[in-house]
Amino acid sequence: MNPAPASEPLVLGIESSCDETGVGIVRGTTLLSNTVSSSMDEHVRFGGVIPEIASRAHLDAFVPTLQESLRTAGVTLDDIDAIAVTSGPGLAGALMVGVCAAKALALASGKPLYAINHLVAHVGVGLLDMSGNRMSGNRLPDNLGALLVSGGHTEILRIRSITDDVELLGSTIDDAAGEAYDKVARLLGLGYPGGPAIDKMARTGNPKAIRFPRGLSQPKYMGTAEEPGPHRYDWSFSGLKTAVARCVEQFEARGEEIPVADIAAAFQEAVVDIITSKAVLACRENGITELLLGGGVAANSRLRELTGQRCRSAGITLHVPPLQLCTDNGAMVAALGAQLVMAGIGPSGVAFAPDSSLPVTTVSV
Amino acid sequence: MLILAIDTSAVASAALISDDAMEGVVDSFATEDTRSHAEVLAPGIEELLAGAGVSSADIDLIVTGVGPGPFTGLRSGIATARTLAFAWNKPLRGLMSLDAIALEVAESTGAPAEFLVATDARRKEVYWARYTLRGGQLPELADGPHVGFAADLPELPVYGAGAGIYAEVVKADEDFKDTQPNAASLGQFALALLAAGRELPDSTPLYLRESDAQVPGPRKRAL
Ligand SMILES: [Zn+2]
Repeated sequence: MNPAPASEPLVLGIESSCDETGVGIVRGTTLLSNTVSSSMDEHVRFGGVIPEIASRAHLDAFVPTLQESLRTAGVTLDDIDAIAVTSGPGLAGALMVGVCAAKALALASGKPLYAINHLVAHVGVGLLDMSGNRMSGNRLPDNLGALLVSGGHTEILRIRSITDDVELLGSTIDDAAGEAYDKVARLLGLGYPGGPAIDKMARTGNPKAIRFPRGLSQPKYMGTAEEPGPHRYDWSFSGLKTAVARCVEQFEARGEEIPVADIAAAFQEAVVDIITSKAVLACRENGITELLLGGGVAANSRLRELTGQRCRSAGITLHVPPLQLCTDNGAMVAALGAQLVMAGIGPSGVAFAPDSSLPVTTVSV
Repeated sequence: MLILAIDTSAVASAALISDDAMEGVVDSFATEDTRSHAEVLAPGIEELLAGAGVSSADIDLIVTGVGPGPFTGLRSGIATARTLAFAWNKPLRGLMSLDAIALEVAESTGAPAEFLVATDARRKEVYWARYTLRGGQLPELADGPHVGFAADLPELPVYGAGAGIYAEVVKADEDFKDTQPNAASLGQFALALLAAGRELPDSTPLYLRESDAQVPGPRKRAL
């Protein structure tokens, strides 16, 4: 197994932590291909991702996705310098498919394999050269933070070094924000996935019509900057979901029509308000001056708008990668893999185990 | 003819099978436990190839066990086999995993003309299939594979770890009560079938159970 070249390495990245089978290829910080096969349609009738269905879909999608990604990039397996794969966090059975496939690929090709952290990969994608991307190139800005919001995660991170120094400042203590969207969309009969459905419906509603609770915002959880409470930068969305359910029930009990648009708008406002206020607070109190927004919920128009506004007034520069790189994909895995190779960090070998709760402090295994 | 066989329907295992080798098996490995497939399979295959001095160019065919078996473990072998076949540009075939035990039964002394093979399906159930044996020939699958309670199996001698677990309710064969499907026997079976001019199926997994997902019912209205 030859070590990969330290500059401009050609890296193939594999992602299978949730319902997207992704294979992406980068050369250094240049994106060559980003092929994604999603099993989202198969989860619609269940109103949420079913792990076993996602895992079955990964198994059948992997080789075709790999083939297509190589074809798009115009490279062969022989040309590749290193392989990177998401080894966690994520759904255990889903991770297993990508990890086994990646190991087989490493074994077959003799290329070094990097087992990497999915959350950090969401940040790594920001380093790819793209028009309008000020983070492009090999260097991350100093004082960088990342706000990751998706169906599987809601986190605020501080990144001192993308390859070996990432800190979790706060996260959801129950549902991910995207999960809350899915559950509320179901309550309102708006279909799956909930994010786009609620975002669209909310545009015609009044966000001030109903006031829903902001989780973990009470002083006992927040504390002060000097004496932080136990959940100063954490989120909770399960109480909000319950509040929406109660609200819908009350309208029904009174025999009134349910004001779906107003509830959607008020729910979305509650989610977006608490996410952005806590994220900006965490940035201000931790000297973060540049914030990357990642994860599928970055597509949400209100989240982008309010994050932009609040970052501007706090003097924080906001970076939002193109949407197809915000959702789960293989290119972000390849992008982080390339950073590890360029930093001279050693590969993981083929004996590691996937870890569904891999901590964000573990950038590579 | 050199076959790389892989099976992870219960334990993780791989084998190199050749019609030139004694008894057909060049070398093989199998784990004892049923839960570490993702860690041990790739290193195991790597060592297997290195130990036998075999390179990808020497391999003619990859054969994977397609189950039935616990899903996550089963997929790790199929994902590995499919990816190796793609990367090395080799043909890939699948074989029902219970066949591996059936072949071992056929080669044992005193094998009955009709028997069952059973493995652990968890949730108090077994994966099972019925085989028939005509003197000196390969075992023929007569029924199955199925998944169900051990107590509901036909009244025939039962071979394999699935019988061992439920020995109080089935006629478990003592010598086979811990036997799991393994790649060495599976590969030998594949080689024998090919020699007999038979076709092998593709690598589609035999899950036998649905995903367990429930379509949520309509929300209860507050009245
Ligand atoms: Zn993600």
